[in-house]
Amino acid sequence: MLKDITIGQYFPGESVIHRLDPRFKIIITLLFIMMLFTGDSVWCLIIGAVFTVMSILLSKIPVKMFAKSIKPLLPFLLITALLNLFFVSTGEVYWQWKFLKLTSDGVNISVFMIIRIVLLLAGSSLLTYTTSPITLTDAIERLLSPLKKLKFPVHELSMMMSIALRFIPTLVEETDKIMSAQKARGAELDSGKMTTRVRNLVSILIPLFISAFRRADELATAMECRCYNGGSGRTRLRQMNCSARDYIALGITVLFFAAVIAADKLIPNIF
Amino acid sequence: MSNIIEIRSLRFAYASEDENTEPAEVLKGIDLQIEEGEFVAVLGHNGSGKSTLAKHLNGILLPTGGKVYVDGIDTADEKRLFELRQRAGMVFQNPDNQIVSSIVEEDVAFALENLGVPYEEMRARVDDALKAVNMYDYRMHSPSQLSGGQKQRVAIAGIIAMRPKCIILDEPTAMLDPQGRKEVMATISRMNREYGITIILITHYMDEAAQCGRVVVMDKGRIVLDDVPKKVFSQVELLKKIGLDVPQVTELAWELRKAGYDISPEIITEEECTAAIMELFGTAMKE
Repeated sequence: MLKDITIGQYFPGESVIHRLDPRFKIIITLLFIMMLFTGDSVWCLIIGAVFTVMSILLSKIPVKMFAKSIKPLLPFLLITALLNLFFVSTGEVYWQWKFLKLTSDGVNISVFMIIRIVLLLAGSSLLTYTTSPITLTDAIERLLSPLKKLKFPVHELSMMMSIALRFIPTLVEETDKIMSAQKARGAELDSGKMTTRVRNLVSILIPLFISAFRRADELATAMECRCYNGGSGRTRLRQMNCSARDYIALGITVLFFAAVIAADKLIPNIF
Repeated sequence: MSNIIEIRSLRFAYASEDENTEPAEVLKGIDLQIEEGEFVAVLGHNGSGKSTLAKHLNGILLPTGGKVYVDGIDTADEKRLFELRQRAGMVFQNPDNQIVSSIVEEDVAFALENLGVPYEEMRARVDDALKAVNMYDYRMHSPSQLSGGQKQRVAIAGIIAMRPKCIILDEPTAMLDPQGRKEVMATISRMNREYGITIILITHYMDEAAQCGRVVVMDKGRIVLDDVPKKVFSQVELLKKIGLDVPQVTELAWELRKAGYDISPEIITEEECTAAIMELFGTAMKE
């Protein structure tokens, strides 16, 4: 049961989006987020939506996967929308009851908010759906590498991240084993009072922590035996080569961004 | 042939936390020479100091007395530490705790990345190493998808990629199932045979030691026996005294000898044992 847990929800594939250089994908995602929050005209949102839908279709990942990534945040979305709907007091008043007001601005802001957040979630899920966590870590390390000059521990952070990713399946398996072992000794993990269950959780966490420390110690020795010496002077097996495709994708994103800015400035808002 | 490993009166004690007590010595004066291309097993009961000895061979631990030279490099020479570790690779017991990356081929490349090997050469050496341990088809897998024996072979490939002169394996099969043990033993002996890499295999499995060219037996921080497997295992009583077993067939032959039958004490394989017993039957039939 625990083995089904996946982190980052990566769906292997061969689509254009999958094959983009991960560094470009990160930059494009950042541009996309900025694009969504630029301008207040409805045209800006429509352009953003077109961009999102286009990318999703190109990735060939089933649309229901994106619905899945939005679902857990739905209550949060609704609450924000409702708050905006009734507490924004500027604009034309449609309806009023004591301190609750329904105004044109309130409707606008809450609708915009919902659409923006939905697009944001869908677009950023696309990054993790089409890039494996380890590639993502590697790409972040390379993008941040100029910060090394400022003594920011870029390599160290990315090494920690990739070791964490490497050990997730191992520790999940271990947790499974410890749970079975404790259940065999009569620990109540899925039944009994809440307080007992929480207390019994300790009997899983302590062995797990001890084992994790032991593993860390052995791993450190093994890394030293293989001449690990920090980030300086390292070469990489994984090469990242940007091709024409990556520049085209970046170019398209920049064009969309420009279109958003233009739409905001030139086309009058219909609301 | 030159000695790849030269150990001179090596002593080692873990620093004691309490200043009043004498630190317990784990190694009490070890002298050992290993020639290039040898396949040596180090046997010993728990706490005999065999793992501690292994950790001295690539500078993880430094002697508190005596000297260790690997391929002419003094292990205490900090300036040549990486050179030393490149020549003497080490494989540990738990394959899970020595694999660094989530992708097999990147793990094999780890040491080369650290050493700053350029990309083209790295690519070639990683592929060679993976082919040498028969794991090339799994190069894009995640280690969590592999069996214990496969993981251990990936760990060996990660060492082979450094092109070491000697590999030290600290109980590499202790956590594996019989199938995995077989795979790993076959890989190790092929490395020795085909690539001429010196192998030092720390183990507590007698049948694995019987496959080696030389067996060193340790007890309480000292070397008590050092000879070819046949000679070592013929010392059944001594081995039993220090808490070790002998291969089952050797024990059978030993028991037969005790019972008064004329059978060689130097039997270590099943074939030898069958032949010897058949011969006994033959003589008995004639009489």
